[in-house]
Amino acid sequence: MVEPILLEFEKPLAELEQRMDQIRIQAQADGVNVTDQLAQLEGQIIRLRVDLFERLSPYQRLQVARHPQRPSTLDYFQTVTDDWLELRGDRCFGDDLALVGGLARIGDFNVVILGHQKGRDTKDNIKRNFGMPQPEGYRKALRLMQHADRFGLPIISFIDTPGAYPGVQAEERGQGEALARNIREMFHLGVPILCTVIGEGGSGGALAIGVGNRVFMLENAVYSVIAPESCSSILWRDTKHAEEAANALKITARDLKRLGIVDDIIPEPVGGAHRSPIAMAHTLKQTLIHHLKELTSQSPEELRAQRYEKFRRMGAFLEAP
Amino acid sequence: MSLLDWFETRKKEVQSPVPQPQQQREIAEGLWTKCRGCGTLHYTKDWEINQQVCSSCGYHAMVGCRQRIEQLMDPDTWEPLDELVCSLDPLQFTDLRPYSERIRKSLQSTGLTDAVLTGVGRVLGKPLALAVMDFSFMGGSMGSVVGEKIARLTEIATQRSLPLAIFTASGGARMQEGVLSLMQMAKTSAALERHRSARQLYIAVLTHPTTGGVTASYAMLGDVTLAEPGAMIGFTGPRIIEQTLKQKLPEGFQTAEYLMEHGFVDMVVQRAKLPATLVRLLSLHGY
Repeated sequence: MVEPILLEFEKPLAELEQRMDQIRIQAQADGVNVTDQLAQLEGQIIRLRVDLFERLSPYQRLQVARHPQRPSTLDYFQTVTDDWLELRGDRCFGDDLALVGGLARIGDFNVVILGHQKGRDTKDNIKRNFGMPQPEGYRKALRLMQHADRFGLPIISFIDTPGAYPGVQAEERGQGEALARNIREMFHLGVPILCTVIGEGGSGGALAIGVGNRVFMLENAVYSVIAPESCSSILWRDTKHAEEAANALKITARDLKRLGIVDDIIPEPVGGAHRSPIAMAHTLKQTLIHHLKELTSQSPEELRAQRYEKFRRMGAFLEAP
Repeated sequence: MSLLDWFETRKKEVQSPVPQPQQQREIAEGLWTKCRGCGTLHYTKDWEINQQVCSSCGYHAMVGCRQRIEQLMDPDTWEPLDELVCSLDPLQFTDLRPYSERIRKSLQSTGLTDAVLTGVGRVLGKPLALAVMDFSFMGGSMGSVVGEKIARLTEIATQRSLPLAIFTASGGARMQEGVLSLMQMAKTSAALERHRSARQLYIAVLTHPTTGGVTASYAMLGDVTLAEPGAMIGFTGPRIIEQTLKQKLPEGFQTAEYLMEHGFVDMVVQRAKLPATLVRLLSLHGY
């Protein structure tokens, strides 16, 4: 297995683990039995890690959500489904590799799956445009979702994007229109829609595949109207307040659960999804199957009405009598 | 976001010999108004009669929502809706200043409860459900109040089989309400989907500036989309694009005319011709 890349706040723990390894090697060399002590120490380290991840600040969670080794949409396509086949292209302009999708089978269910795709390394990221789709990506997503609707297939989407791509051509081809149309049309679809924020839920680019009957977030995922860095440069007029912005914006899964935006938080393995991708995929798969079972018995009208009511309630305002 | 950028570049572009007045009507205590497009001084009364459009260069200055409603709707036909819906501060958001303070200031300076007015009335005799956004209230940003009022208006239009027009002017989603403001894009689009499924007409009228989350929701969902001349319309603001790409933007990028060329706007309509254009559209749809 590849060594996990450590985030800044994990380093003290990692040092402790290293020291433990050294003791183990030393003890072996000296022929001393320290198994009990080591087991005890190991238990302590696990508890510390659990504790650390329990209390991550929003900004730290953002780093976990953006972790370069975090399982991506295509990883989940592989691990969550029992079979899947990629479909490509928006039938208007091109095929956007930052948004992928296709047909799949999960348990007993045939579904359409789609999601944003970030790259693993620099080369891959250039190919995937860092997970920032152009309008054709969103139009491909719409094509797939309408395909699902025609064949009565539930839709499963994975959200993981810094946002829709901000570029000249994206604007010329109607980035705003593509997002808006997706959002509206998702309310029209008569099949169950399950959306999961697996990493970064970046603004309108996330919502454009995020109108679900169920919206889930992985424990360390974030979902925000704007990236904390951009928020800092607009509201604080410099980029140094990203951490404050991350706090103020309320971007964590717990915040979103409390605000009534997400239905459930899907727990991650200790240390984040990237530490144990298979365990993560298993939990995610169980959750999806459970909710597919609940939703597939509902009529298109019921599903549409439920989605409407769910999003219609969102917001907080005061109304004087 | 984008709107601030726009203002920055705009400020640099308009190099006037006279120091820029804070408000449009400051010179000689409001007797004269200076056009921001070409610098021509207009007698304020004429300027108002001209609906804040420069008679020399055709520049369309921003209009407040109350004036806009006066310009559009037949006198004594306007029934305002949901006038008492106000912003809360659900996240207790504070940047350089608390959000609650920003709301209070905007309430005082604009006399509005938030960045949109909604209601039903008549345009040249034809009933219309209308929402007009106001950029002067926190940059026309869309928070829970804007989303709720537009959703309610759209639902009323659906119930009463009324055509709907929304005049947009917005810097995008209101960051101070976090993800709740993002969800207003979904809420408004949901209501528009029902209006559309009920086969009613929705006309989006894009005015300067229309960006961000408003562009990525109801601004771009019109059955017919009109725009005022010169209006800046886009999803991402020009400065962010320039910063990201490090390249010069094309001439006239993100103007109403540019969007029409690229197929996202049906007509660029001068302000004075908007009521007549709306009525023609309504009547051509059998309203």
